[in-house]
Amino acid sequence: MTRHLLTTGAALALMAGTAAAQTELSMWYHGAGNEAESAVLNAIVDDFNASQEAWKVVIESFPQNSYNDSVVAAALAGNLPDIIDVDGPVMPNWAWSGYLQPLELDESALDGFLPSTIGRWDGEVYSVGLWEAAVAMVTRRSTLQKYDIRVPSLDEPWSRDELDAALTAIKESGDFEYPLDVGMAWTGEWYPYAFSPFLQSFGGDIVDRSTYQSAEGALNGDAAIAFGEWWQSLFDRELTPGTSQDPADRDSGLIEGKYAIQWNGNWAATGIIDAFGDDVLFLPAPDLGEGPVIGAGSWQFGVSATSDDPDGANAFIAFMLQDEYLRAFSDAIGLIPSTASAAEGSKYYSEGGQMAVFYDLSAEQSLVRPVTPGYVVMAKVFEKALADIANGADVADTLDAAVDEIDSDIEANSGYGHDG
Amino acid sequence: MASRLTTSNRAGWGFALPGFGLIALFIILPFFFAFALSLTNQRLVSPNPTEYVGLQNYGDLLGLAVIELEPERLDDGSIDRDADGNARYPRVRSITRSDDFPQYSGMREWFRWQSGDNARVVIASDVVFMKALVNTLTFVAVVAPVQAALALVLALLINQKLRGINVFRTIYFMPVVVSIVVVSLLWRFIYDGNDGLLNNLLAGLTFGAFEGRDWLGDPSTALGAIMAMSIWQAVGFHMVIWLAGLQTISPTLYEAAEIEGAGRWQTFRYVTWPGLRNTAVLILIVITMQAFALFAQIDVMTNGGPLDSTQTLVFQAVERGYGRQDISGGATISVILFVLVLTISLIQRWLTREKA
Amino acid sequence: MAMVSADNRPLRLAARYAVLLLVATIFVFPLLFMVMSSFKPTQQMLADTASLRAFLPVGDLSLDNYRDAFARAPVALFVFNSVLVTGLTVLLSLAICSLAAFSFVYMNWRGRGLLLSIVLATLIIPFETIAIPLLLIVSKLPWVGLDGLQIGWLNSYRVQIIPWIADGLTIFLFVQYFKDLPGELIEAARAEGATWGQIYRRVVMPLSGPVLATAAILKFLIMYNQYLWPLIVVQQESYRPVMVGLGYFFQLNVAWGEVMAYLTLITVPVLAFYLVLQRAFIASIASTGVKG
Repeated sequence: MTRHLLTTGAALALMAGTAAAQTELSMWYHGAGNEAESAVLNAIVDDFNASQEAWKVVIESFPQNSYNDSVVAAALAGNLPDIIDVDGPVMPNWAWSGYLQPLELDESALDGFLPSTIGRWDGEVYSVGLWEAAVAMVTRRSTLQKYDIRVPSLDEPWSRDELDAALTAIKESGDFEYPLDVGMAWTGEWYPYAFSPFLQSFGGDIVDRSTYQSAEGALNGDAAIAFGEWWQSLFDRELTPGTSQDPADRDSGLIEGKYAIQWNGNWAATGIIDAFGDDVLFLPAPDLGEGPVIGAGSWQFGVSATSDDPDGANAFIAFMLQDEYLRAFSDAIGLIPSTASAAEGSKYYSEGGQMAVFYDLSAEQSLVRPVTPGYVVMAKVFEKALADIANGADVADTLDAAVDEIDSDIEANSGYGHDG
Repeated sequence: MASRLTTSNRAGWGFALPGFGLIALFIILPFFFAFALSLTNQRLVSPNPTEYVGLQNYGDLLGLAVIELEPERLDDGSIDRDADGNARYPRVRSITRSDDFPQYSGMREWFRWQSGDNARVVIASDVVFMKALVNTLTFVAVVAPVQAALALVLALLINQKLRGINVFRTIYFMPVVVSIVVVSLLWRFIYDGNDGLLNNLLAGLTFGAFEGRDWLGDPSTALGAIMAMSIWQAVGFHMVIWLAGLQTISPTLYEAAEIEGAGRWQTFRYVTWPGLRNTAVLILIVITMQAFALFAQIDVMTNGGPLDSTQTLVFQAVERGYGRQDISGGATISVILFVLVLTISLIQRWLTREKA
Repeated sequence: MAMVSADNRPLRLAARYAVLLLVATIFVFPLLFMVMSSFKPTQQMLADTASLRAFLPVGDLSLDNYRDAFARAPVALFVFNSVLVTGLTVLLSLAICSLAAFSFVYMNWRGRGLLLSIVLATLIIPFETIAIPLLLIVSKLPWVGLDGLQIGWLNSYRVQIIPWIADGLTIFLFVQYFKDLPGELIEAARAEGATWGQIYRRVVMPLSGPVLATAAILKFLIMYNQYLWPLIVVQQESYRPVMVGLGYFFQLNVAWGEVMAYLTLITVPVLAFYLVLQRAFIASIASTGVKG
């Protein structure tokens, strides 16, 4: 940490008198401006600071949309805090780059955690999440009944033809501006998180996961091209709004009746439940050929490589992993608790809870995004390719270009540290 | 005028030094840093060692080639045509992704034209960069003259002696004081394709004959929409600079013109315009620089889309350097941009030079 | 301003005002939209965007958005930071850049032409393209403060101010303006034995009202709207400026009403600054009517 922070901390400690023995641990978090989330986190930090004499955690919050840029800049300038929160798929990049150090937690500390909430890279655990997120097809039971559409289940999701037929039927009714909203207005990480599962359901992927050395075949093979043609047809047939979607419509279009079905995350579910009550349905991803898939991996916590006091940082992370805190985040903002024991007794995810279905979706269908430091670049390339295809670009050429770009990036980074 | 005065080396340096020193440390040094980066394979974030790669980054951006495609032929040797009578050609990817043509590997079609039965295709190793280059030049070519002219019209309009003219001056200037990021956010509502204000306004003016357009979502209108907004936002500032120039013209000249019986146009042509020489040079250069730096509007409104129709050089430099962690690639674009603008401004200076 | 131009026939006058008003509506409507929206609940505001209601104070109006904006982010702190950083930078910039321009235009010294060309060439470099190298430089710069020698300028006001003081554009503005000032005044002062410092202070600066105002506005706008630079050099909330603070409002389900309230709040200081400067600007033009 900078001298400035330390001196300020020391001065504060002197004024506080009794607290002089506590070493300050700085922590960065992506939730600036989100009051509900900040309240939960602050309460956990207060509990920790009061629970022992050795350390005092101080939070610095950042706006989410620029959080990663802030961390990368700070890392370049050698100015990272002790504890960082990190988006799951980005973690391998920060670990490989030397921003993070492996966690030193007791073996038992992670028992019962959903696998996708534990960030592993190169055989070590670098980060752990207090929650998971999941995506579902959100709609109303009454809407499906009206157009005589079957309610799919985890065991029997919609097939591609069924989904197409349903969307066409709703489209032809003219009752909605669009039958489906996939959320093109949410640029950034939403694209690979929410849309690469469709590609995977077709049998393709962003990169060949057996080696992580090339995207050739995975992202431009027959399955991927079939996906691309399907994806483009959603926009050609005006089944879903395109890249110029108004962000306000993305937020409220389902509730206002502009869209019939929305591909959306559990974090948005509470508002929809408030609007529709028991009529709301959270449906599993469609099976587009090779089984239904949704994305996995949410925000997690790790220890920076430059921390002066990794023991304290680890102690804090271990302290956070109590079911009570997992539940607190879940109850406040609707996130999926990372353990079944925390889900039990939580507001939304206990047996029969309104959002319990997301826990099952997460456990049954989820696939983490490619676990490689190169993911950060792949995500950008994938986002652009999907936006271009949606806007009518030639599918095969666009996917070829994406493959070339991913492959040359992997080569420029000497394979990103994958062995063999 | 300085030449007629005595030489004063020490005082001259002393006056210029604080300003020049700061520029040297905070602009020139980082720029040379960026230039050095463009000759390496440095990534923004990487544990790998940095290597010197010479001009490879420049080659990766600027690589161009022309290939000629012969139409597909049927078994009887006639040209295979589709239903509309257009000849079918082999796909470009059959060449660029073939091991037979390693020199074209990784390149993509930029544009093509017809040459007899054959199609000539320009392929580029970085089509996005090429499009960004063309878009940026288009933006500058349109915005610089239009904005300068509109600003002058506004300045003349506001230079009248009328009661309450200050209120209008302030209103015309108001968009300038609002951040371009804020302006871009606001205009997204105006350009919205479904029920945006512009569509509703045009529909109202044409009594419903106008059909709504998705201004930012359509490759043919997106760049134009951004140009219009950019001019709207910045024109007030250049109006103020013109105004400052207008105010330096002595009222006695106008009085003389009036006595001579000069008309409005003649007064403008022979009194006003000559008096605005330095101002005109200043405005043209300032607008050109600002237009080349086009970034925030793109970042907020389109992200370079749809279909790369609003990619620009600075947006690409940032997108690569930060987004894709290719800091050397981003730096290379910066250097190319610098050379490009330097060339253009030298031409501008030569064209507007003071004739001896 | 009581004197009205020669042709004040009522019809022509009315036509002139009509043109002025028409142009004014074009410039004012998005801002009117911003201010009006800031008083409306988000749902109503979004519904209103489709019609002229967007510009009218109609429907359910309240100050709730302002209250919520203050609750979500330390708005006053962000505005304070921005005004402080902007104000100091503008003042330092005017002094240092005008001094340099003065030297380039009036004084004769070896290397003058070359240095001026270099300064003008820096106009071409968009900041975005040198941000990372600059970050690496400022993170290594020393500083001697109250608590001794420190290395690294991150998380401070100075890192937001000092790199922005001098720039090619401001110097260029002064250079172009100084070229238009009557050279005889300077030569006369020299002949009377005035020092360069005296000429700068007593002859040139008093005549420079318009360019000082223009340069101040330009610098103010650039500084007040800083985003990328503070984003990468400031990690502590206590030093964050307004544009970085805007990010606090882009959460899930963006509360557009609050966004509009925040935008209105942060626009007020700039408008106030312009209005104050405009008066100075007009006054200085009136007093320098001798030129030409």
